[in-house]
Amino acid sequence: MSTAFPLPTDISSTTVANTASLLRIVAFGLISGAAIASRLFAVINFESIIHEFDPWFNYRATRVLAAKGFYEFWNWFDPTAWYPLGRVVGGTVYPGLMATSGVIYNFLHYFNLPVDIRNICVLLAPGFSALTAWATYMFTTEMKDSSAGLLAAAFIGIVPGYISRSVAGSYDNEAIAIFLLMITFYLWIKALKLGSALFGTLAAVFYFYMVAAWGGYAFITNMIPVHALVLLLMGRFSSRLYVAYCSWYAIGTLSSMQVPFVGFQPVRTSEHMGALGVFGLLQIVAFASLVRSHVSSKQFQNLLAISVVTMGVLGAGAFVVMTYKGWIAPWTGRFYSLWDTGYAKKYIPIIASVSEHQPTAWPSFFMDLQLLIFLFPAGVVMCFRDLRDEHVFVIIYAVVASYFAGVMVRLMLTLTPVVCVSAAVALSTLLDTYVDASEPDVPEERTEANGSSASDGKKTKKAGAAVGSQAGASAAAAASSAISDLVSASKSNAQSRQKGIWGADARLVILLNAIGMLVFFVFHCTWVTSNAYSSPSVVLASTNPDGSQHIIDDYREAYYWLRQNTPQDAVVMSWWDYGYQIAGMADRVTLVDNNTWNNTHIATVGKAMSSPEEVAYPILRKHDVDYVLVIFGGLLGYSGDDINKFLWMVRIAQGVWPDEIQEPNYFTPQGEYRVDDRASETMRNSLMYKMSYYRFSELYGGGNALDRVRNQQIPKVGPTLDYLEEAFTTENWIVRIYKVRKEDPLGRDLKTANAFAQGKKRKRGKPVSRRRAIV
Amino acid sequence: MAPKLSTAQSSSAASSKPTKATPQSPLPSSFSALFKAYTQNTSSRLKFIDAFLVFLMASGILQFVYCVLVTNFPFNAFLAGFSSTVGQFVLTASLRQQVNPENKLEFKEVSHERAFADFVVGSIVLHFFVYNFLG
Repeated sequence: MSTAFPLPTDISSTTVANTASLLRIVAFGLISGAAIASRLFAVINFESIIHEFDPWFNYRATRVLAAKGFYEFWNWFDPTAWYPLGRVVGGTVYPGLMATSGVIYNFLHYFNLPVDIRNICVLLAPGFSALTAWATYMFTTEMKDSSAGLLAAAFIGIVPGYISRSVAGSYDNEAIAIFLLMITFYLWIKALKLGSALFGTLAAVFYFYMVAAWGGYAFITNMIPVHALVLLLMGRFSSRLYVAYCSWYAIGTLSSMQVPFVGFQPVRTSEHMGALGVFGLLQIVAFASLVRSHVSSKQFQNLLAISVVTMGVLGAGAFVVMTYKGWIAPWTGRFYSLWDTGYAKKYIPIIASVSEHQPTAWPSFFMDLQLLIFLFPAGVVMCFRDLRDEHVFVIIYAVVASYFAGVMVRLMLTLTPVVCVSAAVALSTLLDTYVDASEPDVPEERTEANGSSASDGKKTKKAGAAVGSQAGASAAAAASSAISDLVSASKSNAQSRQKGIWGADARLVILLNAIGMLVFFVFHCTWVTSNAYSSPSVVLASTNPDGSQHIIDDYREAYYWLRQNTPQDAVVMSWWDYGYQIAGMADRVTLVDNNTWNNTHIATVGKAMSSPEEVAYPILRKHDVDYVLVIFGGLLGYSGDDINKFLWMVRIAQGVWPDEIQEPNYFTPQGEYRVDDRASETMRNSLMYKMSYYRFSELYGGGNALDRVRNQQIPKVGPTLDYLEEAFTTENWIVRIYKVRKEDPLGRDLKTANAFAQGKKRKRGKPVSRRRAIV
Repeated sequence: MAPKLSTAQSSSAASSKPTKATPQSPLPSSFSALFKAYTQNTSSRLKFIDAFLVFLMASGILQFVYCVLVTNFPFNAFLAGFSSTVGQFVLTASLRQQVNPENKLEFKEVSHERAFADFVVGSIVLHFFVYNFLG
């Protein structure tokens, strides 16, 4: 066998195997290190802080768990959330994340390592990302081999699509859920391959962990049955499938019902019925094949086939009847919004209003996956080539996850693992083909064995031809990759020579090209991670004119003010986005928060925000609101502020009070959403508008007050407030807090009382200004 | 819940050659042929497992009937009991398939001892959850 470059021949195969496994371990250590390190940008650039919104609740719950123990946490009723309703936290939470941190915390403290619970929470996601890399490695190894596995592990370790949800401080359910997703899938594939009930049981146990950790467990609940069903329809029923699926389903379903938040859903809701149906179907098919192995009568077998089909139809019919009778809950709105992207906007604005529930813009595929998105289809094609049972799984996963990722930005997260896996399969096939030193055998003209014989005239020509059509360097005859088949088909017609790669330089070109792409991928990932995904969003960063970093810390300033200057039981009203942060950082009572379980309550807040003061005031008083908090970015150009979210408040309020709140009233007659002097009357009278722009023009000393988010001039005579008074405004005006006035002691309404007071003595009602203007 | 389950019995794949030579027999006789083939071709070990399967099925049907006719009041207790029989049933059926000599080719890496160990582990995990769910 001739080789393109000299290979050492005096190495025993044990040495090769040992070295390979050592290299694997070293590579794996490096991958874990890179995965963890690239998630620490957030800590280095900012500080060890919990990010965003939901993580603040998880952090708060974890603190309760760590301080008071698991039973207290389990029975925790939180009276400070959803005032005055309160929230049964233990029963409405996926406790997996908190339990994980709690276990780690207790473990470390048992060994007298006094690590702060906050640091455990902050660093949990990076730690689990290393485990995800390991799970992806195992999964991909089942698909191809361990070199593809290492590539997949490296990809998932640094790919921005996964980093976006798992940077240090992003203490959310997804932080551990992707690991659980991959390990469950791996165990399922393993169970299916071996036909082992042990792996099925393990898959069920990790499935249980997943159910306890993330609402997205329904993805597994449906992926595995779909895989089983497709295998069944492909005529690939085997006893191994039966063993793997049944042991997973029987234990997994029972265990998933142990989580209080899930409860009886697995036997009551449509989302879980597919798994049950496939379970039943497998029983029938297995029974039928047992019977068939014992009798050989043709007629009987036909009868059997018919009865299996009838059973299936009857089962489906029973399911429909049970749904109509109400024994099984129909699909939920969240599910419908996956199929009809306009559904949520029409019927459940609260779901549509969340930015991560929006459809994905196509550049974000490139941003999150870069070169993997191009390799992804190639890897899926590779899976078709030897289409074993596990490849069917990857294909289904790829199709389903691609669709979901297109519907919702958030579900990019579930697409990322399969993209990494199939891109790794594609790339490792490419590398295998071109690293392989064996030259194709040529019958007539002998090529020299030593690979450096590129000086040989004929050979240079051949190699040159291969290099000339760089992309079309035809693949080795042994491993004919699908892509190169296509390309070489076009060019090999001319020369009837055997297909193959000739010489070391042709290989080098391809390999350097591939390595170059990987290097760019690493740069891209690092750049995206450090620039786009590492912002805590509680703390904002901007650059000074000299290029140094300027930290904008308005949120914490405001929350700290609340904590220091208001009574412990003060009720703070804000839009639901900030509920968890207020509870976590300011430790004050909130009306609504990011849990969004009660649409009416949120609509009440929306109504108060979008109504005129006189209408809003009774609502505020009825809910014992002491302070109202709004986010205003007009001064700084911070676009995620409440005026930009305002239309959603209007829509959600309109859903409950269609007579009182109408969205079109908030637009100008031309249908524009404006805040300047052309803004509609309703808009200008709304509480939100008033609170945002109250005394805004004074800041410019009567000059042109410019809202930098919307680029509009604010009228010189700003709105006046009668029922609220300004309590605190942060340095950059991002957070503004207003105090709700108590009823007038003389029984007048506050408007006349104010007018009276102002007529007599000017400015008495105004608070002392205690803010600095930053331009 | 699962009306389909009541028909399910244990199984074995590995469809053996369908010999077409047999004449078209009327149905009752083919049932008796099935019964005969089963009693003749099944080892006593597998028959023992089958007996357990039949017991589990009877127990499951009994619980289901009780739930439908009388009450499902402690629904978690019913689910725990019913899942225990269903889960034990499928685990036992899995064991049966793994030790069935006809399936030897399919389960290359699962020896009989391994199959039994899997069965034990699965049952322990299952009953841990059952016990937890009984309430």
